[in-house]
Amino acid sequence: MLMNLFKFKGGVKPPSNKLQSNHLPIAQAPMPSRLVVPLHQSIGGTPRPIVAAGDHVLKGQMIGEADGWISAAVHAPTSGTVVEVAMHVRPHPSGLDSLCVVIEPDGKDEWIARTPIDHKAAAPADVFHHLQQCGIVGLGGAGFPAHGKLTPSTGVPMDELIINGAECEPFITCDDLLMRERADEVVRGIAVFRDLLQPKKVLIGIEDNKPEAIAAMRAAVDAQKEPFSVVAVPTLYPAGGAKQLIRVLTGKEVPGSMRSTADMGVQVFNVGTAYSAWRAVAHGEPLISRILTITGNVHAPRNYEVLIGTPMDELLALAQPHPDTDGILMGGPMMGFLVPNPQVPVVKTTNCLIAHDDRLFPPKAPEMPCIRCGACARACPHELQPFEMYWFSRAKNFGKTQEYNIFDCIECGCCSYVCPSRIPLVQYFRFAKSEIWAREREKNASDQAKTRFEFKQYREEREKADKAEKLAKAAAAQAAKKAAEAAAAAAESGAAPAADTAASPAVTADAPAATVNPEKEAKRATIEAAMARAKAQREAVQPKNTENLSADQQKAAADIEARRIAAHLIEPEPATPASEKPE
Amino acid sequence: MFAPAPFLLKDVSVSQVMIQVCVALIPGIAAYASLVGPAILVQLVIATLAALLAEAIMLKLRGKPLALFLTDGSAIVTAWLIALTFPPLAPWWLVVTGTVFAVVVAKHLYGGLGQNPFNPAMVAFAVCIVAFPALMSQWPSVGLQLGLIDQMNIILGWAPRVDTLTGATPLDAMKTALKLGEGSFDVSTLLANQDIYGNFAGRGWEWVAAGYLLGGLWLWHRKLITWHVPLAFVASLSLISGALWLYNPSQFASPLFHLLSGGAMLGAFFIATDPVSGCTTPRGKLIFGAGCGLLAYIIRVFGGYPDGVAFAVLLMNLSAPVIDLLTQPPVFGMKDKA
Repeated sequence: MLMNLFKFKGGVKPPSNKLQSNHLPIAQAPMPSRLVVPLHQSIGGTPRPIVAAGDHVLKGQMIGEADGWISAAVHAPTSGTVVEVAMHVRPHPSGLDSLCVVIEPDGKDEWIARTPIDHKAAAPADVFHHLQQCGIVGLGGAGFPAHGKLTPSTGVPMDELIINGAECEPFITCDDLLMRERADEVVRGIAVFRDLLQPKKVLIGIEDNKPEAIAAMRAAVDAQKEPFSVVAVPTLYPAGGAKQLIRVLTGKEVPGSMRSTADMGVQVFNVGTAYSAWRAVAHGEPLISRILTITGNVHAPRNYEVLIGTPMDELLALAQPHPDTDGILMGGPMMGFLVPNPQVPVVKTTNCLIAHDDRLFPPKAPEMPCIRCGACARACPHELQPFEMYWFSRAKNFGKTQEYNIFDCIECGCCSYVCPSRIPLVQYFRFAKSEIWAREREKNASDQAKTRFEFKQYREEREKADKAEKLAKAAAAQAAKKAAEAAAAAAESGAAPAADTAASPAVTADAPAATVNPEKEAKRATIEAAMARAKAQREAVQPKNTENLSADQQKAAADIEARRIAAHLIEPEPATPASEKPE
Repeated sequence: MFAPAPFLLKDVSVSQVMIQVCVALIPGIAAYASLVGPAILVQLVIATLAALLAEAIMLKLRGKPLALFLTDGSAIVTAWLIALTFPPLAPWWLVVTGTVFAVVVAKHLYGGLGQNPFNPAMVAFAVCIVAFPALMSQWPSVGLQLGLIDQMNIILGWAPRVDTLTGATPLDAMKTALKLGEGSFDVSTLLANQDIYGNFAGRGWEWVAAGYLLGGLWLWHRKLITWHVPLAFVASLSLISGALWLYNPSQFASPLFHLLSGGAMLGAFFIATDPVSGCTTPRGKLIFGAGCGLLAYIIRVFGGYPDGVAFAVLLMNLSAPVIDLLTQPPVFGMKDKA
C-alpha cells in the first residue's frame, strides 16, 4: 500500500552495526544461578513486595504488587526460593540501590496456574487490570505501564494506533528478530490494543533496513486479515522516537510539553509490548522474560530470550566477550548507559547489552569551545537550538534554558553525535533539567514548610484561646463553689458578711444568686463572647484537622511531636494547662 | 570512568572543519597567485607563522593547552583570510601587525576560540585600513610581472617601494574615476579603455572570484556552511547594484562587476559565513547575509573606502546577537503557537 510519509527535521545516520547480531535466530538463555528481580521496573509507583525470604515461589507468581494506577506488578521469573528481599544495585546510571527480590531457582521451572482472559468478552477495566497484574509495560525503553496508555483519552477520538518496530538505535536487533520470528503473535497483540483503543487506523512503522521483519509482519497481517498497514520508514536516527515516528507516519507533531500523545488522538506501542500483551491475554503469562540483543565487543553476538532478573555478566558470557571488554552498555550507543557493575540484573526495559571497549567506542577527544557551527541545531529532531541551551546551561542561567525549550529535549544524543567540538551537550541538558527540578522541589518544600508554620501558629493561638476559655470556666466554677460555701457558712452562722462575698473573685451562671460583682461578671461575659466569635470565625475559615481523630491518629501525632521535641526541631509546648492554672 | 551517551560520535572535529575551509580557499588562491604572482603565497606563509606564534603566546599566557588549540586550525583560517584581503605587496610588518591584532585582541582578549564577537580577520583589515590607509590601498599594477625574488624583496623591505609598481584595485579605480570625473566618465568607457578591467570586472579578478565561488560551493556541498548567508549576500548585493545600474548605467556599475570585483565572493562564502561571529538561526543568517551585501555596496559606492565587505561584516557582527534572539525558529510541535 502506498502511503504519504512525512519527514522530521534533523536526525543523524550513525553506522547501524545491526548485521552482527541479526543473522542467528533467537536463542533461549540458560537458567542463571540466581535471579535478582528489582521491584521498580516501570514508570510509576514502586510495587510492594508480597513475598519474604524463605518463601517458595512458582514461575509467574506475583512477587510485587502494583502500587497505584501507574504501576505494574512484578513476578517470579522461575520457580524457586526467595533468598532475600533487599537493596541491590539496579541497572540505572545513578548506580543507586533499589529493593529487589532475590530468587534461587529450584530448576523445576514450575508454572503457577495461568488464567487467560477473553479480552473481547471482558469489560475494558478487567482487561486493564489483567495487564497490570501481568506486569505488562512498554518494552521500548521507557517502561510505561501498558494499561495506562490503553485507557482512551476522554473527549479525543483515537485516530491512529502506531506500533513501533522502527528500532533506530545502532546495534540493537531484538525487535527485528521478534518480528521475524513471532510476527503472528505480535499482530495478535496489536489486535488486542486495537480492540481496546478503537483507533481509526493502525500503522506499524519499521525502518527500511529490516526488510525481513517488514515481510514477516506483512505476511502475518495478511494471514490474519487485519486492516493494519505495515509501513517501511526511512532509516534515520531517531525515527524510533515516539514523537518522530508519529510525525513520519501521520504528520502530527506532538509538542514537548504534551505529556500524553493520546491528547492528539494517537498512541504508540513497541512491538515487544504487543507481543507480551498477547502472551498475557491469551496465555495468562505475566512478563517474566524478554528478548534482548547481546553484541558489541563479543565473539558471538546474538539475540536471546532472557529471564528478567538474570545478572548481566552471566548473559554477556554467552556471547563470549573479548578480553579487553571494560564495561557493559545497556541500551543502544546513542541513549544507553554503562551499567554501574556487571552483576546488575536484566529488567523489563533492557533491550540490548553491548560489551564496551575502546576500539568500538573510542575515548572521547578533549572538549573544545563551541564554535556555534550550528551542526547540533541542524541535527536536532526537535528543532531546538542546542548550542544556545548549552551556553545557558553552562552559565547556570536555567531560566534562559527554559526559554529555549530545554524540556522539549528528548536526549536522543544527535547534537552530541555531530558536535565537532566534542561537547557532551546532552549531559549539559540533563544537568540543567535536574537543577531546574531540584529548585522546583526546593520551592515546593519551602512552600509546604511555610504552610506548616502558619498552621502551627494558628494551632498555638487556638490552643491558647481554648485554654483561656477552660480556665475562665474553671475559675467561675470555683468562685461559685466558694460563694455557695460562704453562703452556707453564713447561713449556718446566721450572719451575712457582705464584705466576704464582695471579695469572691467571680461567679458563674450556675450560681446567679450568689453574684455580687456585676462589673466583673459583665467583663467576663464580654471576653467569653469575643472568644467564641473569634473561634467561630476561625472555624469558618479553616477546618480543623486535629478534631475527630482516631486513637491511632492521636497517638501518631503525639509520637511525631515527641520526636520533634527530641530532635529539638521545636520547643516543647510551653506548659500543660494544668500547671498553668493560675490559682 | 566513561563519558555518558552517546557513545558513538561522528568523525568530525574543529580542526577538520578549519582544514576544509583552508582547502576550499585553494582554487581562489591559485587564481589569485596566477594574477598577482607568488607574492601572495609569501604573504600566506608570513601571516600563518605570525598567527601561530601569537596564538601560542596567548595560549601560554592564558594557561590553555597548547597542542590542543594550536592544532584546531582556527588561527590558520584567520591568517589566510588576512593574507588574502591585504594587498599582496604590502610590507611584511603590515600583515604581521594585522594578524597579531586579530589573534591577540579580536580573538584571545575576548576569550579565544568561539568567543570573539567580531570576525578577527575583518578586525585586522579594518584596523589596518584606518591606521595605514595608503599602504592598504596599494595593489600591484596590472601587467606587472615580477619574479618571486623581486616580490619578496618588496615585501621584506629590501627593495624600494616604487609608485609605478602599484595601482588601485578595480573597485577603487572605478570609484575614484566616477567621483573625480564628476559625470565626465561613464562606466562603459571606463571598462573599455583601461587595461585594469576585463570583460565585466577587474581583469583577472573574475577568475579569483570564480575560484572562491567554487571553493564556497564545495563547502556548501560538504555541509560546512549552509546556503543562507552566501545566497542572501549575493542576492542583496545583486539587487541593490542591479536597481541602481538599471536606473543609471553610466554612473553605476553592473551587478556582475560588483560580484566579481573586490571581496564579494570571498566575503559571501568565507567571511560572512563565520559561525562564531555571525548569525546561527536560518532566518537570522538570511538577514545577516543580506545586511552584509547591502552595507558592502553602500560603503563601496557611497562611502569612503574602496571595498565595503570588511566593514559590512563587522557591522553585521554587531547586530548578530539581537538578530539571533529575534529569529528563534519554533521548536518541534510548536509551529502553530509561534
